[in-house]
Amino acid sequence: MSESVSNLYQDVILDHSKKPRNFGKLKSTTHYARVNNPLCGDKVTVYLKIEGKYILDATFEARGCAISLASASMMSEMIKGKKINEAIALFRKFYILITTEQNVHNDGLGDLKALSGVKNFPTRVECATLSWKAMEKAVEEIGY
Amino acid sequence: MSLNIEYSDKMHFASIRADFPILSQKVYGKSLVYLDNGASTQKPKQVINNITATYERSYANVHRGVHYLSQISTDAMELARGTVRGFVNARSDSEIIFVRGATEGINLVASSWGRENLKSGDEIILSEMEHHANIVPWQLVSEQTGATIKVIPISDSGELEMSEFQKLLSDRTKLVAITHVSNALGTIVPLSEIIRYSHDAGALVLVDGCQAVPHLPVDLQELDADFYTFSGHKLYGPSGIGILYGKESILESMPPYQGGGEMIDTVSFKGSTWADLPFKFEAGTPNIADAIGLGEAVNYVSSIGFDAIGAHEASLLSYATERLNQIESVKIIGNASNKAAIISFVIEDVHPHDVGTILDRDGIAVRTGHHCAQPVMERYDVPATVRASFAMYNTFEEIDLFVKGLQKVQEIFS
Repeated sequence: MSESVSNLYQDVILDHSKKPRNFGKLKSTTHYARVNNPLCGDKVTVYLKIEGKYILDATFEARGCAISLASASMMSEMIKGKKINEAIALFRKFYILITTEQNVHNDGLGDLKALSGVKNFPTRVECATLSWKAMEKAVEEIGY
Repeated sequence: MSLNIEYSDKMHFASIRADFPILSQKVYGKSLVYLDNGASTQKPKQVINNITATYERSYANVHRGVHYLSQISTDAMELARGTVRGFVNARSDSEIIFVRGATEGINLVASSWGRENLKSGDEIILSEMEHHANIVPWQLVSEQTGATIKVIPISDSGELEMSEFQKLLSDRTKLVAITHVSNALGTIVPLSEIIRYSHDAGALVLVDGCQAVPHLPVDLQELDADFYTFSGHKLYGPSGIGILYGKESILESMPPYQGGGEMIDTVSFKGSTWADLPFKFEAGTPNIADAIGLGEAVNYVSSIGFDAIGAHEASLLSYATERLNQIESVKIIGNASNKAAIISFVIEDVHPHDVGTILDRDGIAVRTGHHCAQPVMERYDVPATVRASFAMYNTFEEIDLFVKGLQKVQEIFS
Protein backbone atom coordinates (compact mmCIF):
# COMPACT_ATOMS: atom_id res chain seq x y z
CA MET A 1 0.00 0.00 0.00
CA SER A 2 3.05 2.25 0.04
CA GLU A 3 2.06 3.57 -3.37
CA SER A 4 -1.37 4.67 -2.25
CA VAL A 5 -2.28 8.30 -1.96
CA SER A 6 -3.08 7.94 1.73
CA ASN A 7 0.57 7.06 2.28
CA LEU A 8 1.58 10.23 0.46
CA TYR A 9 -0.88 12.48 2.27
CA GLN A 10 -0.10 11.45 5.83
CA ASP A 11 -1.57 13.44 8.70
CA VAL A 12 1.72 15.10 9.57
CA ILE A 13 2.03 16.36 5.97
CA LEU A 14 -1.53 17.67 5.91
CA ASP A 15 -0.92 19.33 9.27
CA HIS A 16 2.16 21.16 8.01
CA SER A 17 0.48 22.15 4.76
CA LYS A 18 -2.66 23.48 6.42
CA LYS A 19 -0.74 25.25 9.18
CA PRO A 20 2.66 25.99 7.73
CA ARG A 21 5.24 26.93 10.37
CA ASN A 22 7.45 30.00 9.95
CA PHE A 23 5.32 31.32 7.12
CA GLY A 24 5.97 34.90 6.05
CA LYS A 25 8.79 37.36 5.56
CA LEU A 26 11.63 37.54 8.08
CA LYS A 27 12.48 41.03 9.31
CA SER A 28 16.07 40.16 10.11
CA THR A 29 16.71 38.46 6.76
CA THR A 30 20.32 38.45 5.64
CA HIS A 31 19.92 36.06 2.73
CA TYR A 32 16.95 35.01 0.67
CA ALA A 33 16.14 33.39 -2.65
CA ARG A 34 13.10 32.62 -4.72
CA VAL A 35 12.64 29.66 -7.01
CA ASN A 36 9.69 28.64 -9.10
CA ASN A 37 8.54 25.46 -10.72
CA PRO A 38 7.98 26.32 -14.38
CA LEU A 39 5.79 23.25 -14.84
CA CYS A 40 3.11 24.44 -12.46
CA GLY A 41 4.00 28.04 -11.73
CA ASP A 42 4.42 27.42 -8.01
CA LYS A 43 6.80 29.74 -6.21
CA VAL A 44 8.73 29.57 -2.96
CA THR A 45 10.80 32.29 -1.31
CA VAL A 46 13.06 31.31 1.57
CA TYR A 47 14.30 33.95 4.02
CA LEU A 48 17.33 33.24 6.20
CA LYS A 49 19.08 35.04 9.00
CA ILE A 50 22.67 33.94 8.85
CA GLU A 51 25.49 34.77 11.22
CA GLY A 52 28.86 33.27 10.48
CA LYS A 53 28.27 29.65 9.63
CA TYR A 54 24.92 29.43 11.37
CA ILE A 55 21.36 29.76 10.17
CA LEU A 56 19.78 31.53 13.10
CA ASP A 57 16.31 31.89 11.64
CA ALA A 58 14.37 30.70 8.61
CA THR A 59 10.97 31.53 7.18
CA PHE A 60 9.30 31.13 3.83
CA GLU A 61 6.52 32.37 1.62
CA ALA A 62 4.98 30.06 -0.92
CA ARG A 63 2.10 29.31 -3.14
CA GLY A 64 2.07 25.64 -3.73
CA CYS A 65 0.67 22.20 -3.22
CA ALA A 66 0.44 20.29 0.04
CA ILE A 67 3.73 18.52 -0.63
CA SER A 68 5.71 21.68 -1.31
CA LEU A 69 4.16 23.58 1.61
CA ALA A 70 4.75 20.71 4.05
CA SER A 71 8.32 20.28 2.89
CA ALA A 72 9.02 24.00 3.22
CA SER A 73 7.38 24.15 6.62
CA MET A 74 9.38 21.19 7.90
CA MET A 75 12.58 22.59 6.45
CA SER A 76 12.09 25.94 8.14
CA GLU A 77 11.80 24.21 11.50
CA MET A 78 14.68 21.87 10.98
CA ILE A 79 17.39 24.13 9.60
CA LYS A 80 16.98 26.74 12.30
CA GLY A 81 20.11 26.69 14.46
CA LYS A 82 22.00 24.43 12.08
CA LYS A 83 25.26 25.23 10.37
CA ILE A 84 24.88 25.98 6.68
CA ASN A 85 26.76 22.84 5.69
CA GLU A 86 24.55 20.77 7.99
CA ALA A 87 21.44 22.18 6.31
CA ILE A 88 22.83 21.32 2.90
CA ALA A 89 23.74 17.83 4.08
CA LEU A 90 20.19 17.41 5.36
CA PHE A 91 18.89 18.36 1.89
CA ARG A 92 21.13 15.69 0.32
CA LYS A 93 19.89 13.07 2.75
CA PHE A 94 16.28 14.10 2.25
CA TYR A 95 16.76 13.96 -1.53
CA ILE A 96 18.00 10.38 -1.30
CA LEU A 97 15.02 9.55 0.91
CA ILE A 98 12.47 10.79 -1.64
CA THR A 99 14.13 9.66 -4.85
CA THR A 100 15.69 6.27 -4.16
CA GLU A 101 14.98 2.97 -2.50
CA GLN A 102 18.14 3.34 -0.42
CA ASN A 103 17.72 2.88 3.28
CA VAL A 104 18.38 6.24 4.79
CA HIS A 105 19.24 6.59 8.45
CA ASN A 106 16.28 8.26 10.00
CA ASP A 107 18.43 10.17 12.43
CA GLY A 108 17.84 13.85 12.17
CA LEU A 109 15.14 13.62 9.50
CA GLY A 110 12.30 14.22 11.95
CA ASP A 111 8.96 14.95 10.28
CA LEU A 112 10.64 14.78 6.88
CA LYS A 113 10.39 10.99 7.11
CA ALA A 114 6.71 11.37 6.35
CA LEU A 115 7.63 12.60 2.89
CA SER A 116 9.37 9.34 1.96
CA GLY A 117 6.21 8.36 0.06
CA VAL A 118 7.12 10.95 -2.56
CA LYS A 119 9.48 8.41 -4.10
CA ASN A 120 6.45 6.57 -5.45
CA PHE A 121 5.25 9.78 -7.13
CA PRO A 122 8.21 10.88 -9.25
CA THR A 123 6.29 13.82 -10.71
CA ARG A 124 6.07 15.27 -7.21
CA VAL A 125 9.79 15.26 -6.34
CA GLU A 126 10.06 18.78 -7.75
CA CYS A 127 7.34 19.93 -5.33
CA ALA A 128 9.10 18.40 -2.33
CA THR A 129 12.46 19.95 -3.18
CA LEU A 130 11.42 23.44 -4.25
CA SER A 131 11.99 25.13 -0.88
CA TRP A 132 15.25 23.28 -0.36
CA LYS A 133 16.52 24.54 -3.69
CA ALA A 134 15.59 28.06 -2.64
CA MET A 135 17.51 27.57 0.62
CA GLU A 136 20.51 26.25 -1.31
CA LYS A 137 20.36 29.20 -3.68
CA ALA A 138 20.15 31.66 -0.78
CA VAL A 139 23.36 30.38 0.78
CA GLU A 140 25.15 29.80 -2.52
CA GLU A 141 27.25 32.94 -2.37
CA ILE A 142 28.46 32.18 1.15
CA GLY A 143 29.84 28.80 0.23
CA TYR A 144 29.60 25.85 2.51
CA MET B 1 -38.86 8.98 -27.54
CA SER B 2 -36.07 11.07 -26.08
CA LEU B 3 -34.92 7.99 -24.19
CA ASN B 4 -34.48 6.19 -27.47
CA ILE B 5 -32.41 9.01 -28.87
CA GLU B 6 -30.23 8.99 -25.77
CA TYR B 7 -29.88 5.22 -26.04
CA SER B 8 -28.83 5.30 -29.67
CA ASP B 9 -26.41 8.13 -28.92
CA LYS B 10 -24.86 5.99 -26.21
CA MET B 11 -24.58 2.98 -28.48
CA HIS B 12 -23.04 5.08 -31.22
CA PHE B 13 -20.37 6.51 -28.97
CA ALA B 14 -19.66 3.16 -27.35
CA SER B 15 -18.70 1.88 -30.79
CA ILE B 16 -16.55 4.97 -31.36
CA ARG B 17 -14.80 4.33 -28.07
CA ALA B 18 -13.91 0.83 -29.23
CA ASP B 19 -11.87 2.44 -32.04
CA PHE B 20 -9.36 3.74 -29.49
CA PRO B 21 -7.19 0.85 -28.27
CA ILE B 22 -5.43 2.82 -25.53
CA LEU B 23 -8.69 3.56 -23.71
CA SER B 24 -9.37 -0.04 -22.73
CA GLN B 25 -6.29 -0.35 -20.56
CA LYS B 26 -6.02 -0.21 -16.80
CA VAL B 27 -3.66 2.09 -14.94
CA TYR B 28 -2.77 1.28 -11.31
CA GLY B 29 -5.33 -1.50 -11.68
CA LYS B 30 -8.14 1.00 -12.42
CA SER B 31 -9.93 1.61 -15.69
CA LEU B 32 -8.34 4.52 -17.46
CA VAL B 33 -10.49 7.65 -17.44
CA TYR B 34 -8.80 9.95 -19.91
CA LEU B 35 -9.90 13.56 -19.42
CA ASP B 36 -6.80 15.33 -20.71
CA ASN B 37 -7.93 15.73 -24.29
CA GLY B 38 -7.18 19.43 -24.34
CA ALA B 39 -3.50 18.53 -24.00
CA SER B 40 -3.68 15.75 -26.56
CA THR B 41 -6.31 13.32 -27.77
CA GLN B 42 -5.85 9.57 -28.15
CA LYS B 43 -5.70 8.00 -31.61
CA PRO B 44 -8.24 5.71 -33.26
CA LYS B 45 -6.99 2.46 -34.76
CA GLN B 46 -7.77 3.88 -38.21
CA VAL B 47 -5.03 6.48 -37.73
CA ILE B 48 -2.62 4.03 -36.11
CA ASN B 49 -3.15 1.51 -38.93
CA ASN B 50 -2.77 4.23 -41.53
CA ILE B 51 0.64 5.25 -40.18
CA THR B 52 1.74 1.62 -40.02
CA ALA B 53 0.55 1.06 -43.59
CA THR B 54 2.52 4.05 -44.84
CA TYR B 55 5.74 2.67 -43.39
CA GLU B 56 4.99 -0.90 -44.40
CA ARG B 57 3.84 -0.32 -47.95
CA SER B 58 4.14 3.15 -49.42
CA TYR B 59 6.86 5.17 -47.75
CA ALA B 60 9.46 7.13 -49.68
CA ASN B 61 10.50 10.77 -49.82
CA VAL B 62 8.01 13.07 -51.51
CA HIS B 63 8.22 15.48 -54.44
CA ARG B 64 11.63 14.16 -55.48
CA GLY B 65 11.90 10.73 -57.01
CA VAL B 66 10.41 9.57 -60.25
CA HIS B 67 10.18 6.11 -58.80
CA TYR B 68 7.04 4.22 -57.85
CA LEU B 69 7.10 4.63 -54.06
CA SER B 70 7.99 8.29 -54.22
CA GLN B 71 4.99 8.87 -56.45
CA ILE B 72 2.63 6.94 -54.16
CA SER B 73 3.94 8.76 -51.12
CA THR B 74 3.62 12.15 -52.81
CA ASP B 75 0.07 11.37 -53.92
CA ALA B 76 -0.92 10.26 -50.43
CA MET B 77 0.50 13.38 -48.82
CA GLU B 78 -1.17 15.67 -51.33
CA LEU B 79 -4.42 13.77 -50.90
CA ALA B 80 -4.14 14.45 -47.15
CA ARG B 81 -3.61 18.13 -47.88
CA GLY B 82 -6.78 18.14 -49.96
CA THR B 83 -8.65 16.35 -47.17
CA VAL B 84 -7.62 19.03 -44.69
CA ARG B 85 -8.53 21.77 -47.19
CA GLY B 86 -12.03 20.33 -47.43
CA PHE B 87 -12.27 19.94 -43.65
CA VAL B 88 -11.71 23.65 -43.02
CA ASN B 89 -13.16 24.76 -46.38
CA ALA B 90 -10.12 26.64 -47.66
CA ARG B 91 -10.26 27.80 -51.27
CA SER B 92 -7.18 25.99 -52.46
CA ASP B 93 -4.66 23.33 -51.45
CA SER B 94 -1.99 26.02 -51.86
CA GLU B 95 -3.32 27.62 -48.69
CA ILE B 96 -2.72 24.51 -46.56
CA ILE B 97 0.83 24.37 -45.21
CA PHE B 98 2.06 21.39 -43.23
CA VAL B 99 3.91 22.48 -40.11
CA ARG B 100 5.00 20.68 -36.92
CA GLY B 101 2.07 22.05 -34.99
CA ALA B 102 0.26 25.28 -34.18
CA THR B 103 3.32 26.61 -32.36
CA GLU B 104 5.31 26.40 -35.56
CA GLY B 105 2.39 27.83 -37.53
CA ILE B 106 2.31 30.95 -35.34
CA ASN B 107 6.09 31.28 -35.35
CA LEU B 108 6.06 31.02 -39.14
CA VAL B 109 3.65 33.93 -39.44
CA ALA B 110 5.43 35.98 -36.77
CA SER B 111 8.81 35.50 -38.44
CA SER B 112 7.84 35.72 -42.09
CA TRP B 113 4.87 38.06 -42.17
CA GLY B 114 5.76 39.89 -38.96
CA ARG B 115 9.32 40.85 -39.78
CA GLU B 116 8.28 41.96 -43.26
CA ASN B 117 5.23 43.99 -42.26
CA LEU B 118 5.67 45.27 -38.71
CA LYS B 119 7.51 48.41 -37.71
CA SER B 120 7.79 50.76 -34.78
CA GLY B 121 4.40 52.27 -33.96
CA ASP B 122 2.45 49.28 -35.23
CA GLU B 123 0.29 47.30 -32.85
CA ILE B 124 -0.58 43.65 -32.45
CA ILE B 125 -3.68 42.79 -30.45
CA LEU B 126 -3.76 39.57 -28.43
CA SER B 127 -6.18 38.49 -25.73
CA GLU B 128 -5.67 37.76 -22.07
CA MET B 129 -6.75 34.15 -22.66
CA GLU B 130 -4.04 33.23 -25.15
CA HIS B 131 -1.85 30.17 -24.86
CA HIS B 132 1.84 31.05 -24.44
CA ALA B 133 2.34 29.91 -28.05
CA ASN B 134 0.21 32.84 -29.19
CA ILE B 135 2.00 35.33 -26.93
CA VAL B 136 5.72 34.64 -26.98
CA PRO B 137 6.25 34.62 -30.80
CA TRP B 138 4.65 38.08 -30.91
CA GLN B 139 6.85 39.31 -28.09
CA LEU B 140 9.90 38.09 -29.99
CA VAL B 141 8.85 39.78 -33.23
CA SER B 142 7.91 42.96 -31.35
CA GLU B 143 11.39 43.17 -29.90
CA GLN B 144 12.81 42.88 -33.40
CA THR B 145 10.46 45.31 -35.12
CA GLY B 146 9.49 47.80 -32.43
CA ALA B 147 5.81 46.92 -32.71
CA THR B 148 3.81 46.91 -29.48
CA ILE B 149 1.33 44.41 -28.06
CA LYS B 150 -2.13 45.31 -26.76
CA VAL B 151 -4.24 42.87 -24.81
CA ILE B 152 -8.01 42.32 -24.88
CA PRO B 153 -9.14 41.80 -21.27
CA ILE B 154 -11.50 39.01 -20.25
CA SER B 155 -14.52 39.17 -17.96
CA ASP B 156 -15.09 37.33 -14.70
CA SER B 157 -17.03 34.67 -16.56
CA GLY B 158 -14.23 34.17 -19.05
CA GLU B 159 -15.52 36.06 -22.06
CA LEU B 160 -13.62 38.55 -24.17
CA GLU B 161 -14.46 42.16 -23.36
CA MET B 162 -15.59 42.98 -26.89
CA SER B 163 -16.14 46.68 -26.20
CA GLU B 164 -12.57 46.93 -24.94
CA PHE B 165 -11.42 45.13 -28.06
CA GLN B 166 -13.15 47.69 -30.25
CA LYS B 167 -11.45 50.47 -28.31
CA LEU B 168 -8.05 48.87 -28.87
CA LEU B 169 -8.54 48.62 -32.63
CA SER B 170 -7.10 51.52 -34.61
CA ASP B 171 -5.22 52.23 -37.79
CA ARG B 172 -2.08 51.25 -35.89
CA THR B 173 -3.42 47.70 -35.51
CA LYS B 174 -1.72 45.46 -38.05
CA LEU B 175 -2.65 42.06 -36.67
CA VAL B 176 -5.10 40.50 -34.24
CA ALA B 177 -3.87 37.11 -33.02
CA ILE B 178 -6.63 35.32 -31.16
CA THR B 179 -7.61 31.89 -29.98
CA HIS B 180 -10.81 30.34 -31.33
CA VAL B 181 -11.43 28.34 -28.14
CA SER B 182 -9.56 29.01 -24.89
CA ASN B 183 -7.56 25.98 -23.74
CA ALA B 184 -7.68 27.13 -20.14
CA LEU B 185 -11.32 28.28 -19.90
CA GLY B 186 -13.18 26.54 -22.70
CA THR B 187 -14.60 29.84 -23.97
CA ILE B 188 -15.57 29.89 -27.64
CA VAL B 189 -14.85 33.43 -28.79
CA PRO B 190 -17.13 35.36 -31.19
CA LEU B 191 -14.71 34.87 -34.04
CA SER B 192 -16.79 36.18 -36.94
CA GLU B 193 -17.32 39.46 -35.10
CA ILE B 194 -13.65 39.74 -34.19
CA ILE B 195 -12.61 39.17 -37.78
CA ARG B 196 -15.16 41.64 -39.11
CA TYR B 197 -14.10 44.40 -36.70
CA SER B 198 -10.43 43.71 -37.39
CA HIS B 199 -10.85 43.84 -41.13
CA ASP B 200 -12.84 47.06 -40.80
CA ALA B 201 -9.80 48.51 -39.02
CA GLY B 202 -7.51 47.22 -41.74
CA ALA B 203 -5.87 44.53 -39.60
CA LEU B 204 -5.23 40.90 -40.46
CA VAL B 205 -6.38 38.12 -38.14
CA LEU B 206 -4.49 35.01 -37.10
CA VAL B 207 -6.52 32.37 -35.29
CA ASP B 208 -5.17 29.67 -32.98
CA GLY B 209 -7.66 26.91 -33.72
CA CYS B 210 -6.11 24.08 -31.69
CA GLN B 211 -8.99 23.69 -29.25
CA ALA B 212 -11.67 24.42 -31.84
CA VAL B 213 -11.12 21.92 -34.65
CA PRO B 214 -11.77 18.81 -32.50
CA HIS B 215 -15.09 20.20 -31.28
CA LEU B 216 -16.78 22.32 -33.93
CA PRO B 217 -16.94 22.79 -37.69
CA VAL B 218 -14.66 25.47 -39.09
CA ASP B 219 -15.41 27.15 -42.42
CA LEU B 220 -12.48 29.40 -43.25
CA GLN B 221 -14.09 31.03 -46.27
CA GLU B 222 -17.13 31.97 -44.23
CA LEU B 223 -15.01 33.14 -41.27
CA ASP B 224 -12.68 35.05 -43.59
CA ALA B 225 -9.67 34.47 -41.28
CA ASP B 226 -6.35 35.47 -42.79
CA PHE B 227 -4.37 32.79 -40.95
CA TYR B 228 -5.68 29.79 -39.04
CA THR B 229 -3.50 27.17 -37.40
CA PHE B 230 -4.00 23.93 -35.48
CA SER B 231 -2.13 20.84 -34.34
CA GLY B 232 -2.91 17.32 -35.53
CA HIS B 233 -2.48 15.64 -32.18
CA LYS B 234 -5.43 17.42 -30.58
CA LEU B 235 -7.59 16.25 -33.48
CA TYR B 236 -7.12 12.50 -32.96
CA GLY B 237 -4.12 12.64 -35.31
CA PRO B 238 -0.38 12.15 -34.84
CA SER B 239 1.86 14.54 -32.92
CA GLY B 240 4.52 16.49 -34.81
CA ILE B 241 2.18 17.56 -37.59
CA GLY B 242 -0.13 20.52 -37.88
CA ILE B 243 -1.61 22.95 -40.33
CA LEU B 244 -1.13 26.60 -41.08
CA TYR B 245 -3.80 28.03 -43.32
CA GLY B 246 -3.14 31.38 -44.94
CA LYS B 247 -4.99 33.29 -47.62
CA GLU B 248 -3.19 32.68 -50.86
CA SER B 249 -2.56 36.34 -51.69
CA ILE B 250 -1.02 36.95 -48.27
CA LEU B 251 1.12 33.81 -48.37
CA GLU B 252 2.31 34.82 -51.85
CA SER B 253 3.55 38.16 -50.53
CA MET B 254 5.47 36.62 -47.62
CA PRO B 255 9.15 35.68 -47.71
CA PRO B 256 10.11 32.07 -46.92
CA TYR B 257 10.29 31.05 -43.25
CA GLN B 258 13.04 28.47 -43.51
CA GLY B 259 15.35 27.74 -46.42
CA GLY B 260 16.30 24.34 -47.72
CA GLY B 261 15.20 21.64 -50.09
CA GLU B 262 11.67 21.45 -51.46
CA MET B 263 11.00 25.17 -50.93
CA ILE B 264 13.09 26.29 -53.90
CA ASP B 265 12.49 26.78 -57.58
CA THR B 266 16.12 27.26 -58.58
CA VAL B 267 19.25 27.64 -56.48
CA SER B 268 22.40 29.35 -57.57
CA PHE B 269 25.06 31.32 -55.76
CA LYS B 270 23.83 34.37 -57.62
CA GLY B 271 20.54 33.94 -55.83
CA SER B 272 17.69 31.49 -55.49
CA THR B 273 14.02 31.56 -56.36
CA TRP B 274 11.21 30.04 -54.40
CA ALA B 275 8.82 27.23 -55.11
CA ASP B 276 5.12 27.89 -55.49
CA LEU B 277 2.72 27.62 -52.58
CA PRO B 278 2.44 25.72 -50.38
CA PHE B 279 5.95 24.31 -50.85
CA LYS B 280 7.60 27.71 -50.37
CA PHE B 281 6.89 27.22 -46.66
CA GLU B 282 7.77 23.53 -46.43
CA ALA B 283 11.57 23.45 -46.42
CA GLY B 284 13.19 20.07 -45.98
CA THR B 285 11.70 16.59 -45.97
CA PRO B 286 8.31 16.96 -44.31
CA ASN B 287 6.75 14.71 -41.71
CA ILE B 288 5.30 12.51 -44.45
CA ALA B 289 3.69 9.65 -42.58
CA ASP B 290 2.12 11.90 -39.97
CA ALA B 291 0.79 14.28 -42.61
CA ILE B 292 -0.93 11.32 -44.26
CA GLY B 293 -2.05 10.17 -40.79
CA LEU B 294 -3.56 13.59 -40.13
CA GLY B 295 -5.58 13.21 -43.32
CA GLU B 296 -6.89 9.92 -41.96
CA ALA B 297 -7.75 11.55 -38.61
CA VAL B 298 -9.71 14.22 -40.45
CA ASN B 299 -11.54 11.52 -42.40
CA TYR B 300 -12.33 9.77 -39.12
CA VAL B 301 -13.74 12.91 -37.49
CA SER B 302 -15.69 13.77 -40.64
CA SER B 303 -17.21 10.28 -40.80
CA ILE B 304 -18.72 10.84 -37.34
CA GLY B 305 -19.60 14.44 -38.03
CA PHE B 306 -19.79 17.53 -35.86
CA ASP B 307 -23.54 17.25 -35.37
CA ALA B 308 -23.04 14.03 -33.42
CA ILE B 309 -19.75 15.07 -31.80
CA GLY B 310 -21.16 18.44 -30.79
CA ALA B 311 -24.32 16.96 -29.29
CA HIS B 312 -22.45 14.29 -27.33
CA GLU B 313 -19.79 16.67 -26.01
CA ALA B 314 -22.39 19.29 -25.10
CA SER B 315 -24.24 16.76 -22.96
CA LEU B 316 -20.96 15.63 -21.35
CA LEU B 317 -20.13 19.25 -20.58
CA SER B 318 -23.49 20.07 -19.08
CA TYR B 319 -23.57 16.85 -17.02
CA ALA B 320 -20.03 17.39 -15.70
CA THR B 321 -20.72 21.07 -14.97
CA GLU B 322 -23.87 20.15 -13.06
CA ARG B 323 -22.09 17.46 -11.02
CA LEU B 324 -19.15 19.76 -10.21
CA ASN B 325 -21.45 22.60 -9.19
CA GLN B 326 -22.98 20.25 -6.62
CA ILE B 327 -19.66 20.07 -4.81
CA GLU B 328 -19.55 23.10 -2.56
CA SER B 329 -15.77 23.57 -2.48
CA VAL B 330 -15.42 23.41 -6.27
CA LYS B 331 -15.20 26.67 -8.16
CA ILE B 332 -15.32 26.51 -11.94
CA ILE B 333 -13.04 29.06 -13.63
CA GLY B 334 -14.63 30.09 -16.90
CA ASN B 335 -18.40 30.13 -17.24
CA ALA B 336 -18.79 31.62 -20.69
CA SER B 337 -22.20 31.12 -22.27
CA ASN B 338 -20.58 29.54 -25.31
CA LYS B 339 -18.12 26.87 -24.20
CA ALA B 340 -16.35 23.85 -25.64
CA ALA B 341 -16.15 20.69 -23.52
CA ILE B 342 -13.41 21.98 -21.24
CA ILE B 343 -13.83 22.62 -17.52
CA SER B 344 -11.17 24.39 -15.47
CA PHE B 345 -11.72 24.48 -11.72
CA VAL B 346 -10.16 24.84 -8.33
CA ILE B 347 -11.04 23.18 -5.04
CA GLU B 348 -10.99 25.37 -1.97
CA ASP B 349 -7.83 24.85 0.09
CA VAL B 350 -6.51 22.05 -2.10
CA HIS B 351 -3.79 22.71 -4.65
CA PRO B 352 -4.52 21.39 -8.16
CA HIS B 353 -1.36 19.27 -8.07
CA ASP B 354 -2.66 17.35 -5.09
CA VAL B 355 -6.00 16.89 -6.84
CA GLY B 356 -4.19 15.60 -9.93
CA THR B 357 -2.10 13.09 -7.99
CA ILE B 358 -5.07 11.69 -6.09
CA LEU B 359 -7.17 11.37 -9.26
CA ASP B 360 -4.23 9.81 -11.10
CA ARG B 361 -4.03 6.94 -8.62
CA ASP B 362 -7.65 6.21 -9.42
CA GLY B 363 -6.78 6.01 -13.10
CA ILE B 364 -8.17 9.46 -13.90
CA ALA B 365 -6.01 11.64 -16.13
CA VAL B 366 -6.58 15.39 -15.86
CA ARG B 367 -4.29 18.32 -16.48
CA THR B 368 -3.16 20.39 -13.53
CA GLY B 369 -1.11 23.53 -13.73
CA HIS B 370 -1.24 26.79 -15.61
CA HIS B 371 -2.05 25.18 -18.98
CA CYS B 372 0.56 27.38 -20.70
CA ALA B 373 -1.75 30.30 -20.01
CA GLN B 374 -0.19 32.08 -17.04
CA PRO B 375 -1.97 35.39 -17.78
CA VAL B 376 -5.29 33.56 -17.32
CA MET B 377 -4.15 32.23 -13.94
CA GLU B 378 -3.14 35.74 -12.94
CA ARG B 379 -6.49 37.13 -14.11
CA TYR B 380 -8.40 34.81 -11.80
CA ASP B 381 -5.78 34.98 -9.05
CA VAL B 382 -5.18 31.24 -8.90
CA PRO B 383 -1.75 29.59 -9.07
CA ALA B 384 -3.09 26.81 -11.24
CA THR B 385 -6.28 24.95 -12.02
CA VAL B 386 -7.44 21.40 -12.57
CA ARG B 387 -8.70 20.94 -16.12
CA ALA B 388 -10.97 18.18 -17.32
CA SER B 389 -11.26 18.30 -21.10
CA PHE B 390 -13.59 15.94 -22.88
CA ALA B 391 -13.50 14.19 -26.22
CA MET B 392 -16.10 12.34 -28.25
CA TYR B 393 -15.10 9.02 -26.68
CA ASN B 394 -15.75 10.06 -23.08
CA THR B 395 -18.76 8.71 -21.23
CA PHE B 396 -21.13 9.77 -18.47
CA GLU B 397 -19.83 6.88 -16.35
CA GLU B 398 -16.37 8.40 -16.57
CA ILE B 399 -17.71 11.69 -15.26
CA ASP B 400 -19.22 9.79 -12.32
CA LEU B 401 -15.82 8.21 -11.59
CA PHE B 402 -14.19 11.62 -11.88
CA VAL B 403 -16.66 13.13 -9.38
CA LYS B 404 -16.08 10.18 -7.05
CA GLY B 405 -12.36 10.89 -7.30
CA LEU B 406 -12.98 14.50 -6.30
CA GLN B 407 -14.96 13.32 -3.28
CA LYS B 408 -11.93 11.27 -2.28
CA VAL B 409 -9.78 14.41 -2.57
CA GLN B 410 -12.13 16.14 -0.16
CA GLU B 411 -12.03 13.24 2.28
CA ILE B 412 -8.23 13.26 2.34
CA PHE B 413 -8.05 17.00 2.85
CA SER B 414 -11.03 17.40 5.16
